[in-house]
Amino acid sequence: MLNYIMEILPSLLSGAGMTLQIFFWTIILSIPLGVILGLGLTSKFKPLTALIKFYVWLMRGTPLLLQLIFVFYGLPVIGIVFDRYDAALFAFVLNYTAYFAEIFRGGLQSILKGQYESAKVLRLTYWQTLRKIVIPQVFKIVIPSVGNEVINLIKDSSLVYVIGIGDLLRAGNVATARDVTLIPLVLVGVIYLLLTAVVTYILGKVEARYSTWR
Amino acid sequence: MLTLKDISKQFDNRLILDNINLTVKDGEILCIVGPSGAGKTTLLRSISGLERVTSGKFLLDGQAFDPYENRENDSVIGVVFQDFQLFPNLTVMENITLAPRLVLKKTNEEAEQEAREKMAQLNLAGKESLFPYQLSGGQKQRVAIVRALAMNPKILCYDEPTSALDPDLRQEVESIIVGLKQQGMTQIVVTHDMTFAENIADDIFQVSPRNE
Ligand SMILES: Nc1ncnc2c1ncn2[C@@H]1O[C@H](COP(=O)(O)OP(=O)(O)O)[C@@H](O)[C@H]1O
Ligand SMILES: [Mg+2]
Repeated sequence: MLNYIMEILPSLLSGAGMTLQIFFWTIILSIPLGVILGLGLTSKFKPLTALIKFYVWLMRGTPLLLQLIFVFYGLPVIGIVFDRYDAALFAFVLNYTAYFAEIFRGGLQSILKGQYESAKVLRLTYWQTLRKIVIPQVFKIVIPSVGNEVINLIKDSSLVYVIGIGDLLRAGNVATARDVTLIPLVLVGVIYLLLTAVVTYILGKVEARYSTWR
Repeated sequence: MLTLKDISKQFDNRLILDNINLTVKDGEILCIVGPSGAGKTTLLRSISGLERVTSGKFLLDGQAFDPYENRENDSVIGVVFQDFQLFPNLTVMENITLAPRLVLKKTNEEAEQEAREKMAQLNLAGKESLFPYQLSGGQKQRVAIVRALAMNPKILCYDEPTSALDPDLRQEVESIIVGLKQQGMTQIVVTHDMTFAENIADDIFQVSPRNE
């Protein structure tokens, strides 16, 4: 059995590499975008907030699976063609940005007016106030909810399976079908557990770093 | 010298300040007194540029001056809020040096050196790396004062400086304010505590509630 595991491990690991790539880029892109849209959601310019609200409603109200299929199989019908990887990334970033925007909106709205006023009488600019005072406080507030989404993303990334990307799940499934054994799927489960354990550990570190102040 | 001429302020057609005329002389302490709801905070917020007045003029040393728009000029007004509004994510030292570094473009060393001098005066030495939640109410207030002073304001404003503190700390606040006056600082103090006002004020301005 050990021999068999060693035999299929390389393909599983390369699948895991793809999963991590999608995970990584989605995080890198959708967290900053979520901050920006979250700021938009708290702006006083109503047309902007309405537009972002609509986007968030659409992304959170429909399945990510549908969005993936829509981008990869649907959009080519009207002439917009992505390759598999770009389609997956595009759909994931769109979807996760919406969730992060909502989370950051909540965080931003919990910062009291007095903090902005105190910064204003010290003559900090709006951007200085955001960068040095508001965003660090918002980050601390949203760490648990962002953490949940990040863990979800690891598991959601397996959805790229449907558009034929060779991720971890596909690698496991291919081996199971070929060799008629459960071992590959069990290994896939173990690898997902390891990934979520690592991310949970990192989140704990981040949380600890933000717990030096209250 | 700061002069207010016919300053009025309405909130949703409700007149809160009605033609206020007053003068704050250099190096003096002006106390603004009046019952709760009279509009003291509103007056202080108008002076510090946090509210746009409905009508009237401000003059600084005889020159027209709009605290609401005048964000780019030299520091004119410093504010110590009733609840201090320290930045919880920054240490005491960072709270004090943030604006001098970012706005006045001071170097770290300069800003910290000046902060240390002022902190020593207000008995805050050794608190540099604490976060606001680790301070007592009186210490928070003194940090808020040092933070405002670090911007070299011409006038320092306080809203109800005794209200968030234990009564036995009133004496301490009095001596801080009087101490700053001796160094030449012009100060405006809002309070509903008449005894406190009489102890420190050179001049007292009464705000009366408007009954409509
Ligand atoms: N932003 C605001 N909008 C509407 N009304 C306000 C606002 N701020 C203060 N007021 C009203 O103005 C009056 C004076 O308030 P304030 O200046 O806080 O009084 P004081 O500080 O003397 O207790 C109160 O009736 C208060 O409800
Ligand atoms: Mg008040």
